Amino acid sequence: MTSNQQLSSGNPSVDIEYRRKKNAEEMRYQVVSFSLMIFLTLVAFAAVAMKGFTAWFTVPFIMLLAVVQVIFQLYYFMHMSHKGHEAPSLFLFSGLFVGLVTVLAFSTIIWW
Amino acid sequence: MHTEEKMTYETWPAAPEKSTLEAKNKFLGFWLFLGGETVLFASLFATYLALKDKVPSTSHALAKDLFELPLTFVATMLLLTSSLTSVYAMYHMKNFAFKKMMVWLGLTVLLGAGFLGLEVYEFNHYVHKFHHTFTSSAFGSAFYTLVGFHGAHVAFGLMWILTIMIRNSKRGLNLYNAPKFYVASLYWHFIDVVWVFIFTVVYLMGMVG
Repeated sequence: MTSNQQLSSGNPSVDIEYRRKKNAEEMRYQVVSFSLMIFLTLVAFAAVAMKGFTAWFTVPFIMLLAVVQVIFQLYYFMHMSHKGHEAPSLFLFSGLFVGLVTVLAFSTIIWW
Repeated sequence: MHTEEKMTYETWPAAPEKSTLEAKNKFLGFWLFLGGETVLFASLFATYLALKDKVPSTSHALAKDLFELPLTFVATMLLLTSSLTSVYAMYHMKNFAFKKMMVWLGLTVLLGAGFLGLEVYEFNHYVHKFHHTFTSSAFGSAFYTLVGFHGAHVAFGLMWILTIMIRNSKRGLNLYNAPKFYVASLYWHFIDVVWVFIFTVVYLMGMVG
């Protein structure tokens, strides 16, 4: 079991303590990223609720907020920041690439 | 390590979701599936963007007539919070705290059910108040396909989490079911990822015009 061997200090109770602390630390990061996600959502809704901005500003702005929020979701909530996520990254970014080309193609079809 | 092995707090590995061969395969296969799901939803988004507000006559409701901020906001908060509760569930899974994991998974299911209830109300409202149906316009078809597909994913995710909760309620945590819980929580987060783009592209951009 490789992941245990990496953390092994020869003293099992020390290892458990260490892992518990690591897990608690990660959970704190996740709560912080959740707060940021809530904040980004509030900003996006507020940008639309306040009717003062033009669509040329609002649309790219809320898209940017969505992308940032999804990065938090993928890297913190779905643990893509952890080691051993090379294949998942390949799969996800390949899917994203094909998907973006599709969106681009459909958008240009209806351009005129 | 074997899947049948009786685990204790002391023997529980650091990465229980990936410590057997079966778990490793499950993890890899599931991410491949998520890559495919990304393509699926991107195609539906592309279709929606191309057909948005494409209606046969002026009597049909457009995006800006249909959508309301408060409902979308509450639905978003429910789903976003359910993503956090599922993170808490996996935190307790890693610490071999089975009961706590089940409580947080239960909360996730409740929040997800709340979201689904709001969506049912919303669709019903559009159909009866605005006559905005699946067959009324190309806009209607594209809207219900995209948002409905996401809703179906939420419904499937709820059934999935509930099923593994009930099946494993007396078993406790082991290396056989830990990867199952982990993969279900990944699916749940992915549903939230898709929703972030739905509330931005469909609802917020719909209200902007």
